Amino acid sequence: MAEPRTLFDKIWESHLVEEKDDGTCILYIDRQIIHEITSAQAFDGLRENNRPVRVPEAHLLVADHNVPTAGRADGIANEESRIQIELLEKNAKEFGLPFIDFLDVRQGIVHVIGPEQGFTQPGLTLVCGDSHTATHGALGALAFGIGTSEVEHVLATQTLLQKPSKNMRITINGELREGVTAKDIILAIIGEIGTAGGTGSVIEYAGSVIEDMSVEGRMTVCNMSIEAGARAGLVAPDQKVFDYLVGRPMAPKGAAWEQAVEYWKTLKSDNGAAYDIEVEFDAADIEPHVSWGTSPEMVGPIGGVVPNPTDINDEAKRQTVQGALEYMNIQPGMKLTDIHIDKVFIGSCTNSRIEDLRAAARVARGRKVAAGVYAMVVPGSGLIKEQAEAEGLDVIFTEAGFDWREPGCSMCLGMNGDMLEPGERSASTSNRNFQGRQGPGGRTHLVSPAMAAAAAVTGHLADVRGLSSAE
Amino acid sequence: MKKFETFSGVAVPMAGHNIDTDRIIPARFLKTIKRTGLGVNLFNDVRYNEDGSEKEDFILNHPQYRNSEILVAGDNFGCGSSREHAPWAITDFGIKCVISTSFADIFFNNSFKNGLLLIKVTPEQRDALLEDASHGENARIGIDLENQKILRPDGGEIAFDVDPFRKHCLLEGLDDIGITLQSDDKITSFEEKQKQSMPWMQGARV
Ligand code: SF4
Repeated sequence: MAEPRTLFDKIWESHLVEEKDDGTCILYIDRQIIHEITSAQAFDGLRENNRPVRVPEAHLLVADHNVPTAGRADGIANEESRIQIELLEKNAKEFGLPFIDFLDVRQGIVHVIGPEQGFTQPGLTLVCGDSHTATHGALGALAFGIGTSEVEHVLATQTLLQKPSKNMRITINGELREGVTAKDIILAIIGEIGTAGGTGSVIEYAGSVIEDMSVEGRMTVCNMSIEAGARAGLVAPDQKVFDYLVGRPMAPKGAAWEQAVEYWKTLKSDNGAAYDIEVEFDAADIEPHVSWGTSPEMVGPIGGVVPNPTDINDEAKRQTVQGALEYMNIQPGMKLTDIHIDKVFIGSCTNSRIEDLRAAARVARGRKVAAGVYAMVVPGSGLIKEQAEAEGLDVIFTEAGFDWREPGCSMCLGMNGDMLEPGERSASTSNRNFQGRQGPGGRTHLVSPAMAAAAAVTGHLADVRGLSSAE
Repeated sequence: MKKFETFSGVAVPMAGHNIDTDRIIPARFLKTIKRTGLGVNLFNDVRYNEDGSEKEDFILNHPQYRNSEILVAGDNFGCGSSREHAPWAITDFGIKCVISTSFADIFFNNSFKNGLLLIKVTPEQRDALLEDASHGENARIGIDLENQKILRPDGGEIAFDVDPFRKHCLLEGLDDIGITLQSDDKITSFEEKQKQSMPWMQGARV
């Protein structure tokens, strides 16, 4: 019998082109998604060296990071942004690459539209010049973020130079508590293992909680693998994934579909496969989570308080926490639910899919955004926006006083003009609470969509479970 | 890419952990379509006031650190986004080497592809180098990649590990793509095999 292998091992081995003596491997890359921020210099590199794109149909180009989320039909006001977005289209045409225009209904955040279009599939290797490419692992693809030089490398060679990652497995079993979502689970995991807990690893998520979770929820979990330091997140594809993919525009059809599903069914870790790191969680221990600091590991259950740096023994760690509290302008011992917010952002590749919007709308329905709070909802793609509108979610949001926007990365990274002003504080469904991430001097608290809506209607971080009685 | 040569230079100490790529180069500077010119915006939001004047307390604004060529940093340096603008900004500023106990994966890859050497040391070694670096101009640190040694101002040496392939590329100033294309026939035969065994992988393409 062959050695039992992990899911990661199987996908890796099936894409190995060559292994050099020193262990460096040439790994075949099936698909690449390209956006406007990390690609211009890669196309320049191709031109300078007179190199063609090896497999044009293996790429998909779309602008998302820098697009306006309102009034876009009137064009892009910011000149630098406009140049960057126009350049993406020009590069697509020059090299003959599949391209989705930013006015097309299929436009959206790279990590939302890959699965949505069926471009992402189990068992393939997929890269994008964006760290949250880990998202696509929810469908059982080996997907990771790369830099611009590597974008160019994939364009020119359809491969990457890589070394195998470590195998890590996080298993979550048990009963989930009421109000606990995929976002709370991944925040709790990062709080436990830390932002370097997965460094050098591909994290496979397993256990009954993951099996019972929707494909969208798995995307939320895999998305933030990078915040745990991992290269990628993975979930073994199952019937839910096949049902999710069937009929999507770029998914296989007819006999090819049957053949693909046969293969996809083999994509799971063998019994007895060895992992370098194993961590287990009991779902019953996980509460709805919020972040209080400036790193995604600085999180806690919503019922808790801001930690006290003097309780921390490690000097460097104490300083880091101290600095975070100063930046966030919060005091040790303060109840998290006493933290007042100025803005709410519901969106990003972590939480902008239809079930995220539904969860937020359930909380927003019949309530009003608190006085002095600005709240925005930015769907992950034009198709999600359409579906949400067909379900009447936009009406629920706008009646509650939320701003209903057009798709893009928006305030996740504060690049397109949707941003926090210095000193402003947000409850955000995105993935990074770094200093200045949502705008210079801005302060970010990471939350789930339902908790973001709860914060919007109360004006402070709030426990969504206590909402109906308390408000 | 320029060949990496042995040098000695001023090292700037930045002891904080988890210095992320948003800190290194905030997102709004990613609108550039060039690789160069980002050095002035390195650490922008901690380096400048809102009116564009320099923040006096930020270390790179101290006269003795303005020409730093080495950065000694806290754990998990470069975590966060995949933006290659981070190593572009660091090298454009003039820094050729970053020393820490650990680096985020993507940042690690991106750096070597831009001629930026990253050296992993133990926490004790890092603390010693932070101490050296605190003396600024008076304590230049040497970096000898060929022999894999950090040369401390007191004459002491710290040996370090580096991936042989990355070392070779850095010393020779080699471009990865050219190297990979030497395996063109292997890539082609992989593609042909995949077309046979997993035709939908191609068929699914737009
Ligand atoms: S939504 Fe945020 S994290 Fe996701 S791709 Fe866009 S900028 Fe990156």
